[in-house]
Amino acid sequence: MDFSSFSTLTFLATVMAAATPIMFAAIGELVVEKSGVLNLGVEGMMIFGAVCGFIAAVSTDSPTIGFIAAAVGGAGISFLFVILTQYLKANQVASGLALTLFGLGLSALMGHSYTGIKPPSSAKLSVDGLSDLPIVGRLIFGHDAMIYLAIFLILAVWYFLKYTRGGLILRAVGENHDAAHALGYRVTRVRTLAILFGGACAGLGGAYLSLVRVPQWTEGMTAGSGWIALAIVVFASWKPLRILLGAYLFGGVSILQLNLQAMGADIPVAYLSMAPYLVTILVLVIMSADRKRASLNAPASLGRAFHASS
Amino acid sequence: MIRLEPRANPSKTMVFLTPILAVIATMIAGGILFTILGKNPFEAIRIIFLDPLFNEQFASYARPQLLVKAAPLVMIALGLSVGFRANIWNIGAEGQFIMGAIGGAAVALAVHPLESVLLFPLMIIAGGLSGMAYAMIPAILKTKFNANEILVSLMLVYVAFNFLAAMVTGPLKSPIGYNFPESRNFQEYPSAHNAELIANTGLHWGVVMTLGLVILCYIILTRHIFGYRVQLMGQSPKAAKFSGVSPNWMIVICLGISGAFAGMAGLFEVAGPAGKLTTTFPVGYGFTAIIVAFLGRLHPIGILLAGLLMALTYIGGELAQFQLSLPAASIQVFQGMLLFFLLATDVLVHFKPRFEKRKTI
Repeated sequence: MDFSSFSTLTFLATVMAAATPIMFAAIGELVVEKSGVLNLGVEGMMIFGAVCGFIAAVSTDSPTIGFIAAAVGGAGISFLFVILTQYLKANQVASGLALTLFGLGLSALMGHSYTGIKPPSSAKLSVDGLSDLPIVGRLIFGHDAMIYLAIFLILAVWYFLKYTRGGLILRAVGENHDAAHALGYRVTRVRTLAILFGGACAGLGGAYLSLVRVPQWTEGMTAGSGWIALAIVVFASWKPLRILLGAYLFGGVSILQLNLQAMGADIPVAYLSMAPYLVTILVLVIMSADRKRASLNAPASLGRAFHASS
Repeated sequence: MIRLEPRANPSKTMVFLTPILAVIATMIAGGILFTILGKNPFEAIRIIFLDPLFNEQFASYARPQLLVKAAPLVMIALGLSVGFRANIWNIGAEGQFIMGAIGGAAVALAVHPLESVLLFPLMIIAGGLSGMAYAMIPAILKTKFNANEILVSLMLVYVAFNFLAAMVTGPLKSPIGYNFPESRNFQEYPSAHNAELIANTGLHWGVVMTLGLVILCYIILTRHIFGYRVQLMGQSPKAAKFSGVSPNWMIVICLGISGAFAGMAGLFEVAGPAGKLTTTFPVGYGFTAIIVAFLGRLHPIGILLAGLLMALTYIGGELAQFQLSLPAASIQVFQGMLLFFLLATDVLVHFKPRFEKRKTI
């Protein structure tokens, strides 16, 4: 193996970039699950956001508009899930799967004439003086805006859930929808808003893949990121700040295996590519093994349909 | 204002009617989609649904394909439906399909060029067992460590894809294949070839097996105590537990069945229509089978019909691709829409819509 090309600094910076799409998707899904809804369509919303963002960015030549379009697209496609589960009382697991299958198909259809094009590049932050600082300069001040937005979003969700009235209502709806309904809260409305927020976040995560991380459009480019985001919510025990940890862990593993591939490790590429998925399973097992703790943290009404009796 | 009133019992009529409603709604929505894509919607629908069966020019090719494509879909969906009835969600059938194909193919490749009538049955068993073993991973992680079977089984699909790539570039690579990432061709290996039983019908052993499994599942699910327990577990896990059903065993059995079915489907596919292991041989049957299972209302006969319909959209989709230059993905959208409409119309099974004026408070 050739270690000479390895630099810890570049490694950490790429880990941050690799973790960002999942961070967006996972923090969105966390809010959705906190409201008592299990949306398994993250993968579909992500890839739909990826294609919406890509098309918008290419046609307007502005990554910012791309990201806005991705958020709107993600929220838009998640509205299908809202109709199915909140108004037509369909099974949440099946509806989520449907959303994923539909999103994968629709994005392939829409993106079909956009393969092979390069998107406009997103500007990296550059603060005079600070970005040039040794070590911390690049790590803290040298990224594009979306990385900061992802971290900000996690902090904002943490604050919202913990310290605001709205967060309390959202959690109440997720813990016991009948009691929340009896108190006069609009269960369906709260859940609808949460699902739309989750969709917008997943869309942003997808667009980060197609506009910054890869940056290109290819069919099925999310390659399971949405599902990994779902696993990270479990890993985080539904606590926002732990999403950060989970996403960096995952980003670390996927970048590490890429680095090993590049350095010509004596393991076939196919086995190295399994690593992120295997680590996700491992993490899921570790976090779920303690049944008592797992059930204590999970929102009590997670996945249960709500039908107002009066 | 429409109000939903829960039904005391699910409506029997609606159970039959809603899949038909969903298909009609999908055709309308699909027509709109094709119009947006700048194609004549009536022509597109005709090409997808009627031409494969009735067009003189294409039917001779398309009709046999119907069985070839429907068999794996129905076989996988049958297995999945057992779990889905019990609320056990194996969505990694695609991975089990791949592992079954690898396992079964490996047996043949290990003894190549030995000719024996026992080889093909042995391959089927190996395929089924490989799929089953692969499905045991989520089953054990679920029962021992409480890990969500949906996420684990899905992650394993990506692992299986990579494993397939490792196999066709490594141990199972054809020694006469000019270093291409593919295995030996089973169509050139008589004992291992899943050949057509009657020429130009598409009927191969996998189709026969699928029909047998439809009947077997029908009997087990509707006449045997196991079918009742599955149903009970799905509707009320607590009641099931009180009546002596072990939830853990249920998870192991349901995942085992669906894994074995998917594994066998993979073997029949690789030894017959696909011919060889390549990285592109899995085409998503494992995921489409989820739609088939729901469209068939998790009922064996329904799944058989749904599988045939879905196979038709695959073949019709190919025709439309080639005649109208419709993008390949549009058929995937079409299938996704079908599942959406099906879930949407499901509301009619459990609720009665009531039209009334908004009450003034």
